[in-house]
Amino acid sequence: MTFINYAAREINCKIVYYGPGLGGKTTNLKWIYGKSNPTSRGKLISLATETDRTLFFDFLPLDLGTIRGFKTRFHLYTVPGQVFYDASRKLILRGVDGVVFVADSQAARMEANVESLRNLQANLKEQGYDLNKIPYVLQLNKRDMSTAVPVEEMKRQILIRNEPVFEAVAQTGIGVFDTLKAIARMVLVELKKTA
Amino acid sequence: MPTSDLILHEDDYLAIRDLIQRLRSEANARVVCLVDRNGQQIAGVGDLETLDTTALASLAAGNVAATDSLARLIGEKDFTALYHEGEKDNLHLSVVGGKIILVVIFDIRSSLGLVRLRVKKYSGELAAALERLEQRSAKARSGRMAASSPFAEITDEDIDSLFGN
Repeated sequence: MTFINYAAREINCKIVYYGPGLGGKTTNLKWIYGKSNPTSRGKLISLATETDRTLFFDFLPLDLGTIRGFKTRFHLYTVPGQVFYDASRKLILRGVDGVVFVADSQAARMEANVESLRNLQANLKEQGYDLNKIPYVLQLNKRDMSTAVPVEEMKRQILIRNEPVFEAVAQTGIGVFDTLKAIARMVLVELKKTA
Repeated sequence: MPTSDLILHEDDYLAIRDLIQRLRSEANARVVCLVDRNGQQIAGVGDLETLDTTALASLAAGNVAATDSLARLIGEKDFTALYHEGEKDNLHLSVVGGKIILVVIFDIRSSLGLVRLRVKKYSGELAAALERLEQRSAKARSGRMAASSPFAEITDEDIDSLFGN
């Protein structure tokens, strides 16, 4: 749900990073936080367990600049990836404008990718969204791992609609901003369509 | 259905701000904020300089969402208000009109009883103001006000310039 604030001349959009546990969703946000201009970003809030696993969500507000005199602010959220936090994931998807699916490229995690993707589809559907229609980007993370599944094979298993695909190594920032730019662009194009 | 876009115009904003300003004054509160259930801040008044209101909005929405789910889990429709007590400052969260979260931060100069009383007093007026805001958003979405939308004419170049391409 885009929030257009004429009083403050701001557009606020919500982007959710989804995917299996330990896939690199939080790492994406940490990289963005670390590399963004301090004047254009807010605090990175992490509701995590003592062992640094996401418990509820991570949150990072980010100003991308001005468009037609309106400040564009993106609220980036991650969901907890672990299977048993499904109730929390549903809450975080509320009012989403765009989704990034962070897939783990390691062969041993392919099943978890597929399961998490199915979970995303179901949770979106429950709230009236269709993954085939909302702004959506696929990120293939951990491409540096020796056990990484070939890109074409990953696409065969988890590509759902010819969405933009980015190869990434979130730990070192590879592909992180490309992914963010792509989803932000799709959200703005959608905003234009519905204006 | 997914929630629709919310559009806040200057006059709606001023009317809402006036209401929460009066609430803050009558409740002797430090801060009063209105936040939508998805975590976007709509308006805030009071000692905001030292407060990260963006983070406050996101966490308040998360808090209310989690508590709502807890309520349903035990067979309640919802919990109408949440109260967090600190050493100096306290936080009162309530849902107005089923859609918007009213956040009141207060200290020793006020009391929970007074805050609850004033929140109750202003909830009706705030709900009505928000209803008007929502109707206006719906009207804008239906296209009748499309001509005034600055986003209808966003170009690819506008978007490119955002990313410095």
